[in-house]
This record gives sequence, structure tokens and C-alpha cells, in this order.
Amino acid sequence: MPTEYTFPDTAAKNATGEFETEKMSLSMGPSHPSTHGVLRLQLELDGEMVTKCDPVLGYLHRGDEKIAENMTYNQFVPYTDRLDYLAPLANNVAYAIAVERLAKLEMPPRCQAIRVIICEMARISAHLLGLGAYGIDVGAWSIFLYTFTEREKLYKLFEELTGARFTTSYTRIGGLQRDVPEGWTAKVDAFCDQFLPILDEILSLLTRNKIFMDRTVDVGIISKADAIAYGLTGPNLRGSGVPLDLRKDKPYSGYEQYEFDVPVGAKGDCYDRYLCRGEEMKQSVRILKQAIAKFPGGDWYAKDAKKIFAPPKDKILTSMEELIQNFMLVTEGPQMPAGEVYFEAENPKGALGFFIVSKGGGVPYRLKIRAPSFCNLSILPKVCVGSLVSDVVSILGSLDFVMGEADR
Amino acid sequence: MAVIPVSRKPLTLLERTYLPQIAGGLKTTLKHFFAPKDTMEYPEERPAIPAGYRGVPTLVFDPHGREKCVSCQLCEFVCPPKAIRITPGEIAADAPTAHVEKAPKEFEIDMLRCIYCGLCQEVCPEEAIWLQNVYTTSGYSRAELVNNKQKLYELGGTLPDTHFKWDKKKAAEEGGNAH
Repeated sequence: MPTEYTFPDTAAKNATGEFETEKMSLSMGPSHPSTHGVLRLQLELDGEMVTKCDPVLGYLHRGDEKIAENMTYNQFVPYTDRLDYLAPLANNVAYAIAVERLAKLEMPPRCQAIRVIICEMARISAHLLGLGAYGIDVGAWSIFLYTFTEREKLYKLFEELTGARFTTSYTRIGGLQRDVPEGWTAKVDAFCDQFLPILDEILSLLTRNKIFMDRTVDVGIISKADAIAYGLTGPNLRGSGVPLDLRKDKPYSGYEQYEFDVPVGAKGDCYDRYLCRGEEMKQSVRILKQAIAKFPGGDWYAKDAKKIFAPPKDKILTSMEELIQNFMLVTEGPQMPAGEVYFEAENPKGALGFFIVSKGGGVPYRLKIRAPSFCNLSILPKVCVGSLVSDVVSILGSLDFVMGEADR
Repeated sequence: MAVIPVSRKPLTLLERTYLPQIAGGLKTTLKHFFAPKDTMEYPEERPAIPAGYRGVPTLVFDPHGREKCVSCQLCEFVCPPKAIRITPGEIAADAPTAHVEKAPKEFEIDMLRCIYCGLCQEVCPEEAIWLQNVYTTSGYSRAELVNNKQKLYELGGTLPDTHFKWDKKKAAEEGGNAH
């Protein structure tokens, strides 16, 4: 809430009785600890009060969309790791499903279940980081240490599954890089069991903490109408009370089989967004538990899609036909029909969309990425005005954006 | 659709005194103070690397000492950051593996470009390029970080083979059954 100031020195007032000060322009970022990356906010300040806020983007622009036009569909998978680099697995899945929708390819149940599991693990990992970083932003250091301890456990599981901790590149068009290792799902299950009490402990440090609440309650209120008008998605939208969750509304990868609730906030302030993320992690654990309980057997890639997914390695090594097929797939790319497709997935930060225009063949003609962080940042000029500089830190942390995705 | 509003109750009088939170926070800190540590004394202690880890890309020999790469250049083609450069070469006609025909004359992987995505290993039709366990690569110059063929084989060593496709091919040719 804007604070009313009173100026004791009446002599400093001008002829109209108004106390006039010069506006100050302040560049917050691109290297500022609270801007979580390379966001720059061009602030105009009246004392401590923000009167104008201009986000300046593009410091991490790499031209991913253009790069995609020059490589086959599978070669672009490592680039999707680097969009929302806090949840690379979720990006991999969203991209793979988008291209598969273009080819009208259905994945076998096992592949879908693996994708749901890795998406939810990525969500937990991303929210844990968002929570830890938010804690630091508003002055609660220890949260970060505890959330990172949990994230490390998840990273160990990612490492075992994909071979890399951070840049996972796990999905392929029409399947996955490899099947889950023996006993991996049991380890995920064990993680879920020990995670819930720890999550409660972490959240209990903040949820009823007066210092934290003073920094977040009624700060950065985004109304329902504004949230929709500015195209917010994910926990930021749900924090404002709009129950939009693509996993429920447009289920993909078999999300309709799982029972989970969508947490929504009442007021749309920073505190609501924090609460939504906390609850979402618990719901993710619920989904993980169900997915592991009924983890299906069978194929983990689309066996019939011979022009899309590579043949098994031992066949490539022993049979001439598969060898040629492998060469064709790598050099020409997975063969897609001409057409266009738009697919959005519910990622930790919001709806990550891929719009692909294909003229046939193995290379996209145009690939557009709808990055949730980019759209979520668009509300900054509206929500920051009238707040204090210290509240801007609180708002930025609560929006939980990733510049790798916003600038892409 | 099951939508649950998050609960936000106003603080009680006691909670507004900060005291329960301070006590709770101290309790958590003390618990972690006496808990087993989560960290590792890194260079001395090293984390266990799981099977299938994607570390440094290497070239390997088969158990008979033949270099497996036949310089088909598929990895060079697929590499998203274009870190691989191959100069194909011929195998001498009098060599015991002359029927393989080709081997790389030069094979360079620029470790400053490599993103450890593992696509080279995945597409290799000879299982000649493998991402192995080493995850710390360092050097003093850019040139030093371009792994040449010799360095790649030093890093790679020999890996077991289940197919021995070129030995089988030779045996078939000698048996008059080339295809």
C-alpha cells in the first residue's frame, strides 16, 4: 500500500502548498541480486516511492527462435533446456509434445507417465528455488539452504535418469532419450515420502512469520481482471484467484488420470502467490505418488513412428536397414507433415507455448516460443507504481521469473 | 475441478509478538545444527557418478585395439553447438583392419563449445564416441581445450563390445558370404 508521508518542514513547500521534489531515475539491474538474472528496471522515484517502472529486457537474448529454424527438431531439444533453466525437464516435455501434436503422434502410456513424473519433479525443483530465492529477497536466509538441500536430492535423481543434473535434454520427438533406470521410481517415491514433512517445516518458517507477512501481505496486489488482461499464467494468475491450470483445462500427457487440486489465492498479493506455490508443491507430490503407484509397463517411445524416432541401438549396429534409417533421421530430421500447431503446457512458471509452422520435413519453418516469464513480467509497470523500492524487490521475488526464458 | 483457496488467517495476538516464530525458527536451526551434514568437502570427497552420466566426450577402442570410429561424420553433423570437427582418412591397405576402410585422420572436439548433450553418442552407428565420467575440464588457453584425436583416445580407453560387427563382416567375407 502507498504510504502517506507528512513533511514537518513547512518552509520547504512551494507556492501551491505542495512539497516539490525532483524525480530520481534509478536503474535497478541488469546485475542486481533481486532481479534474478539480467532484468533491468528503469525506475522513476519520488523519494522512496516508485512513480514509473520500465522493464528493460534482452540482456540474455540468444535468438533461440531463429536458431530453431536452422536445425532438425531433435537438435533443438538442448536449447529448450536453456529457456526456463530451473525446470529444463518440463521444457523438454512441452517441446516434444508440441512437435508430436504436429505429427499427430500419440505416446504410449509408459512414456506419458515418465513425462508426467519428470514434469512434476521439475515443478517441485523450480518452486523450491523460487521459494528459497524469495526468502533471500525478503531477508530469510535459511530457507534457501533448506530448499537447496531438497533440490540436490532431486538433481541426483535427474542425474541418474538423464545423465546430467542441469541441462537434461531428456525428451526426443516421439519418445525419450532412454528408459527409466532400474529402481528409479522407487527412489522418487522415497523422495516424496521424506519431502512432505520437510516442506512443511520450510513453509512453517515463513507462512505465519510476521516479518515475512509484513513484507508480502497487501504488497503488489494484482486484481483478477488485471491478471487476465496482462496474460499472466501459472501461480501468478492463480494467486489472483483465477483457477486456470492447463493440466486440468486441457490435459496433456495423461494428466486427466491423476487427482489433484488447484490452489488459488484470494487477494492476488505477494503472499497469495507464495501460498499458491507452497500448496502446488504438495499437489505435485500427490501426482507423483499416483503416477508411480500405477506406473505402466510397455514401450517408452513410439514404435510405429519409424520416420520420427530412431531405431534401437543394437539394431543400428547389426542391421543395414536400421543403419540407413538412423542416418536419414539424423541428417534429414524427424519427418513432419506440413502444417502448424500451437501447444501450451503448464510449466512451473506458467503456460509455456510452442507455435510451430512446418512446411514438411525435419526442420521447422518457424518456431515461436510463448514464454510465461516474459508475459508475467509485462505487469511490472502496472504493479510496481505506487509501491516502495523495497516492495519492488518483494514483487519481483513473488513473480518468480527466469530471464533465460523471458529473453530466449 | 477441484479448486482449493489457500488459507490466510490473520495473525493471532501471540503471533504478532514475533515470539512463536523466533522460537520455531531457532528450533529448526538447532535441529539442522545437530543433523548429519548435507555438504561435501568437494575436491577431497567426490560425489558418486551414476551409470550413463554425460561427462566429457571421448573416443574408444574396441577390445581388440581397433579404433571404432569410421569417420562417418554423423556426430559432426548432429552436434548442436558444432563442437566436433573430423577430417576423414583412409586405413592403410596392408593393415589387419583394412576392410573397415576409413578412420578419422583428425578428430577434434572443442570443449569450450561442447554442451554435453550426448547427441553424438546417441547417433553414433559404431558406438565409437562415448560421454564418460570426467566432469571437470580446465586449461590455461583456448587451444589447450580443443581435444585432439590422441587426447580423445587417452580419455576414452577401451570399452567392451557386444557386437564386433567388423570382425563378423570380415569372417563373412572370408567365408564367401559378404552380404
